[in-house]
Amino acid sequence: MKIEEPEKIMFEGVACNEQITFDICGSGKPLNRETLVIRIFMLVLAGLTIYALFTLDYHKVDIPKAIVATLSNFKIIFTQPNTQRLSLWDAFIEVVMTLGLAFLTTLFSGLISLFLGLLAAQNLAPKQVTNIIKGVIAFIRAVPTILWVLIFAVAAGLGSTAAVIGLTFHSISYLAKAYAESFEDLDKSVIEALKASGANWWQIVFQAVIPSSATYLLSWTFLRFEINFANAIAMGAAAGAAGIGFDLFMASGFYFDLHEIGLVTYFILAFAIVMETIATNMKAKIA
Amino acid sequence: MPADIFAKRRNDGLIFLAVVAFLTVGSVMITQYDVLKSFTSIYRALAWGSANFYPNAVSMKQLPDILYKLWETVLMSIAATTIAAVFAGLLALLGSRTIRVNSIFSVIVRGIASFFRNFPLVAWAMVLMLAFSQSQLTGYLALICGSLGFLTRAFIETIDEVGNNPVEALQATGASYIHVIFQAVLPSAMPMMISWLLFMIDTNIRDAILIGFLTGTGIGFSFDLYYKSFDYHTASLVTIFGAIAVIIVETISNSIRRVIMG
Repeated sequence: MKIEEPEKIMFEGVACNEQITFDICGSGKPLNRETLVIRIFMLVLAGLTIYALFTLDYHKVDIPKAIVATLSNFKIIFTQPNTQRLSLWDAFIEVVMTLGLAFLTTLFSGLISLFLGLLAAQNLAPKQVTNIIKGVIAFIRAVPTILWVLIFAVAAGLGSTAAVIGLTFHSISYLAKAYAESFEDLDKSVIEALKASGANWWQIVFQAVIPSSATYLLSWTFLRFEINFANAIAMGAAAGAAGIGFDLFMASGFYFDLHEIGLVTYFILAFAIVMETIATNMKAKIA
Repeated sequence: MPADIFAKRRNDGLIFLAVVAFLTVGSVMITQYDVLKSFTSIYRALAWGSANFYPNAVSMKQLPDILYKLWETVLMSIAATTIAAVFAGLLALLGSRTIRVNSIFSVIVRGIASFFRNFPLVAWAMVLMLAFSQSQLTGYLALICGSLGFLTRAFIETIDEVGNNPVEALQATGASYIHVIFQAVLPSAMPMMISWLLFMIDTNIRDAILIGFLTGTGIGFSFDLYYKSFDYHTASLVTIFGAIAVIIVETISNSIRRVIMG
């Protein structure tokens, strides 16, 4: 369609407070680089998705029947949660245990990440050191949590100890990056002023860097706590670590007890939604 | 009174430390976490890893199979994210404040997004497996359901950040709802939405490996099999190539992000 309007309308973008140009007419102008990349990217995604759906191994699953069965399973899960092997109190203790795993993970990774974050911040450490730390962090992040947990389980045995160490590894890679970025936001002049007054590195860190970014650090840490809770559930199910995840795995993988899955799910949802509410408030502080 | 400020700051610090210490002791007790063992096992894991956890000549024979499974897993995470993004985009258009159809839709969409996001991924995989059996389809559906909530929420926030100005400008020219969406909302929200999509693909590769453990498909299941048959050399090969795949995808998505976000 043709609009008889000026080709471009300028206005303030709220997101970044920069002037953004919008191509209202769409066609009729040569594509710029961004639009070209976006279009190619979407075409590649669409192509890969169609290819994936055609080569997918359907395993002779009767799809309509499976969908109906899943819906009726969900109906049982949400309308008839019940206690059979697991009492209400047991389920509560198991969720608290999962919270405990998440807390220990967050605490350990927070402490270690604080130091790694200082060493990875470009305004506080030499460039070679930040590059090495960032490389190591990128590798740790690339290996999924479950593999870290299982690798440590060989040495520590399956259970909470291996789960916490494995979860901590992945959590460090996330927090160290977030902390380093918070430290890098610090105004250069503050560090220079302290240096000029003869303060050493530790004094700069403890008197200026950490106090001024404390709010951000706490918010990021809580966000990670939320993720660690979800990961702790997954580790319970996939790696046999302690907590509610293992009960979920047993209820669905061994007993096929939909009523118990319902009970466990309600407990997890309740805790997750409370934490999400707190995290949303904290996210508002970061942004 | 500066003295009081320092005293208050010290007291706040002490209270914070006390709460953390209390929670730590409580967590250690309830999870039966073995503090001493955790330190010794890090050392033991390193010693064990350097002695056993590296690929050898025999494990290299499994490489073609591992690469094929890895490709399947990466493909699965890309396809599942794309499908979830299509649905999330539709939901976000209904649910965003800027261009919502009406406020009831908005509340419903946000509720759906919150439910899908908080329902644990493990539970999606386990419940879907009851009906869809041990097939790739289970993994696809679990990933789609897991991503749908997150993407819907992210898309709604992105569209709301675009703000009312372009929408009002177009409405003033007499443009219809469809025109407003395709000419104003989507073009300005697209870079940020694609950035979220890329983030979700990265996350989903790791989650696809996790789901593989539970549903018995893909590279996760391969690792599980090698690991449980004590074939640690091949398991290490899976780990290394899995990490390489994630790093490659991350590098590609970072460079795309750099171009489109300017």
